[in-house]
Amino acid sequence: MATTVPHAGFDRDTFHLVEEDAHDHGSAHASPVLLGFWIYLMSDALLFAALFATYGVLSTSFAGGPAPRDIFELELVALNTAILLVSSITYGFAMLAMDKGRQTAVKGWLALTALLGMSFVSIELYEFGVLIGEGATPQRSGFLSAFFTLVGTHGLHVTVGIIWIGIMLVQVGKHGLNAINRRRLTCLSMFWHFLDVIWIGVFSFVYLMGMVR
Amino acid sequence: MSAATDHDEAHGSEHGHGSKKSYLVGFALSGILTFIPFWLVMAKPVGNPGMVAILIILFAVAQILVHTVCFLHVTTSGEGGWTLLAYAFTTVLLVITIAGSMWIMYHLNTNMMPGMMTGEVSTTP
Repeated sequence: MATTVPHAGFDRDTFHLVEEDAHDHGSAHASPVLLGFWIYLMSDALLFAALFATYGVLSTSFAGGPAPRDIFELELVALNTAILLVSSITYGFAMLAMDKGRQTAVKGWLALTALLGMSFVSIELYEFGVLIGEGATPQRSGFLSAFFTLVGTHGLHVTVGIIWIGIMLVQVGKHGLNAINRRRLTCLSMFWHFLDVIWIGVFSFVYLMGMVR
Repeated sequence: MSAATDHDEAHGSEHGHGSKKSYLVGFALSGILTFIPFWLVMAKPVGNPGMVAILIILFAVAQILVHTVCFLHVTTSGEGGWTLLAYAFTTVLLVITIAGSMWIMYHLNTNMMPGMMTGEVSTTP
């Protein structure tokens, strides 16, 4: 009998028995998924390290094209920074509501976080549109190639995060705050806060340093 | 189901996802640490660009640490210390990658392509 059971379902059951058992013994995070996801985030940080290094090397290669001072709109960047920071705390409130088991509040905070994320991506796309309209395209210079790659990769991550939030809204609506959804929401929480940390690097080293130089 | 409820109470706000206080403290600190560098660049209260650059880096590092502790909840005891160890290792690799690349490329530019450099480096004999 046991051999004919589909493996995925069987393993999932076993996994949760182990998890709950370990929690009863008082260890902090018994699920190996959270540590595994953390390792993924760290490898993602290395990907961004490579992009930051590329940008650092190419940030003065203007090829006669525009310099940061000519094209960056700091007001927009400040607005985007504020939006992402607020979205970090709204996700934090979603996690606190999850700890209390308040499903409606979790969904509300998640939806608000997704809306803030969408505003962030929209403003970034608007900024990209203006730059490209001015002729500051990725092909223009090494600086602009590195800029679009770095900022675009971050924006892509945020977009994936928004899609993930959408999926979790459906999952929580359908299955409630069960152990699997709690684990997924915790992973998404790490992902979302991690993106805010990367953004600190972007606005400091790309935008602010670019305006000073 | 009862196991899940027990887990909630045991979990509480001590570890895991942090407490409301840690989020609010993190949010307030981040707001301040974001506002100051933007103000430094936009209002230009400090004239020396090198000084402003150093301040921007210091504020960025401080804010990353605030986010790590208050939002990502990295502690010395989380996952038996493995979270912190992975974080520290990543930081080391990150610094080597970024600082190393810029150092090497700067010296390559300075020593090998003097004609193509702008400004101060072209005066080197």
